[in-house]
Amino acid sequence: MTVEDGARPPEQTASTQATVTPPAAQRSTGLMHSGVGRNLGLVVALVLLCIVGVITAGHTFATGANVLTILRLAAVIGVVSIGMTFVITGGGIDLSVGAMVALASVWATTLATQQLASDLHWIFMVTTALVVGAACGLVNGLLIAYGKVVPFIATLAMLAAARGLAEIISDRKTQIITVNSFVDFFGGSLLGVPVLVWIFLLVAAAGWVLLNRTTFGRRTFAVGGNSEAARLAGIKVQRHTVALYVLAGLCCGIAAVMLMARTTTGSSTHGQLYELDAIAAVVIGGTLLSGGRGTIVGTVFGVLIFTTLNNVFTLNNLSISAQSVAKGAIIVIAVLLQQRLAARATSQ
Amino acid sequence: MNDLLMMTGIVKEFPGVRALDGVDLDVRAGEVHCLLGQNGAGKSTLIRVLTGAHQPDAGAISINGEQVQLNSPTAAIQRGIAAIYQELDLVPELSVAENIFLGHEPSRFGFSRRHEATARAREILQGLGHGEIPAHRSVGSLPAAGQQVVSMARALSREAHLIVMDEPSAVLDPEEVANLFRVIRGLTARGVAVVYISHRLEEIRQIGDRVTVLKDGATVATGLDARATPTKELIRLMTGRSIEYVFPPRREILSTAPVVLEVEDLTRPGEFAGIGFTVRAGEIVGLAGLVGSGRSEVLETVYGARRAATGSVRVDGVPLRPGRVQAAVKAGVGLAPEERKSQALLLDEAVFKNITVSSMGRFASGGFLNGRAEREAAAQLTTALDVRPAGVEYPVRNLSGGNQQKVVLARWLLRECRVLLLDEPTRGVDVGARSEIYALIRNLSANGVAIVLVSSEVEEVLGLADRVVVLREGRAVHIGPAQDIDEHQVLDLVMEGSAV
Repeated sequence: MTVEDGARPPEQTASTQATVTPPAAQRSTGLMHSGVGRNLGLVVALVLLCIVGVITAGHTFATGANVLTILRLAAVIGVVSIGMTFVITGGGIDLSVGAMVALASVWATTLATQQLASDLHWIFMVTTALVVGAACGLVNGLLIAYGKVVPFIATLAMLAAARGLAEIISDRKTQIITVNSFVDFFGGSLLGVPVLVWIFLLVAAAGWVLLNRTTFGRRTFAVGGNSEAARLAGIKVQRHTVALYVLAGLCCGIAAVMLMARTTTGSSTHGQLYELDAIAAVVIGGTLLSGGRGTIVGTVFGVLIFTTLNNVFTLNNLSISAQSVAKGAIIVIAVLLQQRLAARATSQ
Repeated sequence: MNDLLMMTGIVKEFPGVRALDGVDLDVRAGEVHCLLGQNGAGKSTLIRVLTGAHQPDAGAISINGEQVQLNSPTAAIQRGIAAIYQELDLVPELSVAENIFLGHEPSRFGFSRRHEATARAREILQGLGHGEIPAHRSVGSLPAAGQQVVSMARALSREAHLIVMDEPSAVLDPEEVANLFRVIRGLTARGVAVVYISHRLEEIRQIGDRVTVLKDGATVATGLDARATPTKELIRLMTGRSIEYVFPPRREILSTAPVVLEVEDLTRPGEFAGIGFTVRAGEIVGLAGLVGSGRSEVLETVYGARRAATGSVRVDGVPLRPGRVQAAVKAGVGLAPEERKSQALLLDEAVFKNITVSSMGRFASGGFLNGRAEREAAAQLTTALDVRPAGVEYPVRNLSGGNQQKVVLARWLLRECRVLLLDEPTRGVDVGARSEIYALIRNLSANGVAIVLVSSEVEEVLGLADRVVVLREGRAVHIGPAQDIDEHQVLDLVMEGSAV
C-alpha cells in the first residue's frame, strides 16, 4: 500500500475548514516555544542574582574561584535534578533521590568495597554506587509500573527504607574514604575546571540529547502527556516507566560518587532534602509537574539559580534559615510567572 | 417573540487560527435553535464564548436587550446560560444530587442540607420525566443517557433560560433520543431556549425551530426554517458545495482473498461472550449494536487493550498474545479509539509527533530520531488526507474533531497496518469531512487492509461494511452480508432480538 493510493481524498474539492495560517505566524509560534524564549525569564533571574551578588559581596563573589565553587556545589544536585526531570516529564515523581544518594555513598565506602578499590581500581567504588542507585530505581519503577503503587507512595517508602538501610550498613558512622586515587581523580581539575563540573556538564548534555533527540525522550513525553494514548499507540508504557526510575536512580548513583569525592566520606546523612531541591529546580526550570512537558536546559538554570542564591546569602553571612525563606519565595514567584507566560502564549 | 440572546459580529482569534470571524446569532425564548456547521466552523468556540469560557476579541452580546460582558463561566451562569457539553462535566464520584447542586448546594450557616438537596434533585428529575434516577447514586455508575439527564437537571437547578446542548444525542440510543426530545419540548414549553448542536440532520428536522449555519467561523445563514429548508440547501451552505451524502461504491471481495483477522470465541465476563468472526484482506466488517452492547469492548479486546478471559485472536494465522497492545501493533493491527482526545492523541504535541508515535523505529537509528524525516513523512500524509490547517508543527489540540481523526488515521497509515479497528470513526465529524473519511476507509480496504468498524449509526455500518455482526447484550445475534439486511432489521435485532 502506498500513501498516495491509500490516502487520496475523495474527488470533491475539500472546503476550507479553518483559516489557513500564513507561514509567518507559524514561525513566530515556533520561536515562542524555542529554548531562548522559554528560558529568557530564567536567564534574567540568574543575571539579577549575580548583580545582587556583585553589589553586596563584589570582592568575593565575582572571582573565578567563587564561580567554580558555585559550579562545584551545583554539580551534585544538578545531576540528581537531571534524573528528576525525566521522571517528572514522564508523569511521575521521585521522593527517594536523597535517600538513594545516601545509600549509594555508604555502600560504595564500606571497608570491603574500599579494600577492593585500593587493591584493584577505584572504578569498583563507582560501579558499586551506580549499581546501588540503579537497583533502588528499579525497585521504585517495578512497584510503580507493575505493582500499580502511586509514585508518591512508592518513592516515599523508598525514601524511608533506603536511608534506614544506609544507617544499618554504616552503623550511623561517617565512613572516611581512604582510597586516595579516587579522591585525587574526582577531586581534581581538567583544563582548570573541576572534574565534578565536567561530570555535571556531561550528564546534562547527555540528558538533553536523550530527552530531545531520541525515541526514549519522545516516549517519555508521550507517557507523561497521555499514558493511555501512549499505551494504545503501542508504546510499552510500563517498561518505559521502569526505565525512567532506573535512570533517576542511576543519576543518584553518579551524584553519590560526586558527593563522596567532595566530602571524602560516605554517610547515611548525605543527600538530606535533595528531593525537595531537585523537584524545586525542575519545576522552576519549566518542567510541568503533571508530566508531558520537560526541559533539561530549564533544570540546569533552576539548579544554578538556587546554588547562586545560597552562595550570595552565605557570602553575606545570612543564615541558612533566611536562605530557605528566599528559596520558597523564588519557587512561588517562578511558578506564578511561568503560568502567566504560558497562559499568554496559548491565548494570544 | 423577542430575542432572548443577540450575538453580533463575534470575533475570536487563537494563535495562528481565526476561529470566529464575525458570527451573528439570535435566539428567541422558547425555541430550539439549531447550530449547523462543519468541524472547525467555529461552533465549539462560539459556545465557549457564550458560556463565558472564552472572551471574544470583538463583537457584542446582549441578553433581553441588555448588553452584557460574559467574562467568566460564573457570569454566564448568573445570566441564566447553561451548557451541556459533548464530554460531560460531571464528578463521577459524587452523587446525582451533589452533582446537580455542585457549586450552589442548599446550605445553612455553611452546613450543607443534604435532605433538601436530595428532595429538590428528585423534584427536578421528575420534572424531566426521569424520576427513576436515584438521587443518592454516584453519577459514575449511571449510563451515558442518565448522566446527560443529570447535566440537564443541573442546568435547570440554576434556573437557566438558555441551555446549550453540544451533540447531546451522540452518546444516546434511538429510544433515549426520543426521550431527550420529550425533555427538550418540556423545557421550551416553559419558555427556556435551547441551542441545539448536532450533525444529524434528521434530528434537527424533528426538534428544531430555526437554524443558523456557520462556515469558516462566520454566520452564512440564520433564521432558516428547520423543517422546510431542503437538506441540499443546508449542506450547500455548510460546505459551499452541493454534494449528495453518499457512501462510496462497494467492491467485490474475492472469496480467495486471504483471511487476515480471525476472532474466535472471545469472552470477557460481564461484557461479551462467544464472539467470533473473520475478516479477509480488503474486507470491512461492521459491528452494530446499542451503546453498552459490547461493541467497543470487543474491539479493544481484539487490540489487546483489554485481556480476553477466553478465546483467541489470530492475525495471518498467528495467535496474538492476549492483553498485549504491543503484540497487536507489531502484528500490524491499529486502533482508532472511540475517545480520540483521551485515548489516542497527545494533545499538546505537534501533529507530526502524533503521527509518528507508533512508527518511531522507522525514523530512528541507534535510538536517535531523524526529525526531518519524521516531518516529511507526516507532511506527506497530512497533505494526502487534507488535514487542516496544513502544517505538521501545530499542537493537535488546535485541530477540529475531523482533522484530529485524520491525524489518528495517518498514524496507522504510516505503519501500513494490515488490520484497522475503527471505533466510531465519524463521531463529532461533520458531513463534509465524513464523506472524506468514508472514502478514506474504502480506499484502505481496496488496498487490502482488513477493517473492523464500530458505529452507533446503523446507516454507516450498512453503508460501509461488507459484512455485519449485530451485537446485543454482549452476544452476536446476527452475522451476514450487509446487502442482505436493512436498517429496520438491524434495529429490530439490536432492540428486540427477534428473528430477521
